Amino acid sequence: MRMTNLEISLKCHKIIGGYGEGEALVSHEPICFYLTDPKTGIVREKSHELAGKNLANKVLVFPSGKASSVVQIDGLFKLASHNLAPKAMIVKDVETVLVVSAFMVKVPLVDRLEKDPLEAIQTSDFVKVDAEKGTVTITKQKPQNSNDIAFCQ
Amino acid sequence: MYLTKEEERILKGELGEGTQKAMELLVAIGDAYDAERMIPISRAHAASSGQEGDLYFVELLANGGAHCKVPTSTNPVYDIAYFDKLFDVPKDEGEVARRVMEAYKRVGAILSWSCLPYLAENIPLYGETVAFSESSATPYVNSVIGATTNREAAQSALAAGVIGKTPEYGLHIKANRKGTCLIKVEAALKDEFDYTLLGYCVGKKIGYGIPVLEGISRRPNTEELINFCAMSNVSGAISMFYVPGFTVEAATVEEAFQGDTPKDKITVTDDELKDACEELQTTSGQIDFVMLGCPHYTLKQLEEVARLLGGKKMRDGVTFWVCTSATAKVLAERIGYVDIIEKAGGHVVVDTCIDEPCWIAYKNKVGMTDSPKCAYYRRFKEVRVGKLEDCIEAAVRGR
Repeated sequence: MRMTNLEISLKCHKIIGGYGEGEALVSHEPICFYLTDPKTGIVREKSHELAGKNLANKVLVFPSGKASSVVQIDGLFKLASHNLAPKAMIVKDVETVLVVSAFMVKVPLVDRLEKDPLEAIQTSDFVKVDAEKGTVTITKQKPQNSNDIAFCQ
Repeated sequence: MYLTKEEERILKGELGEGTQKAMELLVAIGDAYDAERMIPISRAHAASSGQEGDLYFVELLANGGAHCKVPTSTNPVYDIAYFDKLFDVPKDEGEVARRVMEAYKRVGAILSWSCLPYLAENIPLYGETVAFSESSATPYVNSVIGATTNREAAQSALAAGVIGKTPEYGLHIKANRKGTCLIKVEAALKDEFDYTLLGYCVGKKIGYGIPVLEGISRRPNTEELINFCAMSNVSGAISMFYVPGFTVEAATVEEAFQGDTPKDKITVTDDELKDACEELQTTSGQIDFVMLGCPHYTLKQLEEVARLLGGKKMRDGVTFWVCTSATAKVLAERIGYVDIIEKAGGHVVVDTCIDEPCWIAYKNKVGMTDSPKCAYYRRFKEVRVGKLEDCIEAAVRGR
């Protein structure tokens, strides 16, 4: 089987501007940055689906933020001060605290992707987020469904 | 979002870099929510915290020459000069706290260092548009006072205080202030601690939303409402709630739901409050210290502590802390409560919060508190949670 190399471009809504690209890390659960190790970027929250995964320098795709404003902002700020913040963030639901967090560390933040980002993007896809132009470009790294697999074989 | 010529000029940096950064943040929030315009606010409360992220933003504004345009109060940090005499606070942490406090002074904030600014230092009136961060402040101001605020972060509230405006979105719009969930309260709610547990249960059950509480027959007092507000934002994110008949904005359940039928209905019983309290305990038996005042104790609560402690003595090896505001402590000193508490071996400490690095000496200790919030954010090892009377009994007996 070989990797497909499909590129998909989707429109999005800019919240915090800028450009960031990297490997995608997808979470179906809300994220609290305070519960990651600020010196490595590894998610420490034991019950979280990303537990043990590293979000440093990834394009992070997740439904929303969670937890108190103080801990959320401080968590992302500490990651950024070790150069371990995500390269960009794509979310479904945005709230004030997440906007403030992204603003403080100057990480591009977008929402309202044309398609559900949790379905359109898979972990390991290569994703470019151009918040200024309002586009997200996804290069698939894994076959998405059985038809793709058949095609690849 | 539409910006006036004046707002555009601020955004371009024509009035200085500090106000520019504040405006950039407010515009980003406005864009996120599709706000149409900025609206004036009359006051703000910044949930300062003495952490690095807090320091970065307030220094960015202070160094850029920004100055608060409307009264803007501050949350607890800690007085390093006071704690240095008691504990070995790490030098770098102490320096962050000192710089945060100095920067808030430079931006012209009201240096209240209190988490209950709405009781004394910065009080909104019914109908005011404000920007109040801090977990008890946001729901208290929206629900008990009937001013309007969103669930702000320290930075967005400070930015709003500096500009004197906030984007028009969320709870500033009447339609968004509609109840989302009906809570049938079957618990008896005898005292402040029951309201503490009620807040914790409601936050846990609904997570996010605007609960409407039905079945409360006795008028809740100030302290009970403060506790409900603070605890509902430990286990959940509750920016507003209704107790029709007792909170100001809706006289009936129907009015709270703005004519809609509530989709979710949840019951809270005495057994559930008891279970919630059980869940919070990580240990039983011997304690090293008692920590009260999360959120800050009011003057009335300081009186209660003094009354319960009068003539008693803490057991050797047990320390006893009550966190409060500078304003409340001045009166408590004048009336004599502080003297009684200190004679019993307790400390009444101002300007700080249980979630600050100054408590490092308790890292491996066992504490008792009347606050689930204190238990959740604790900087000590094991915790017992109980009502004030039980905390005092434990401090005197050592267990």
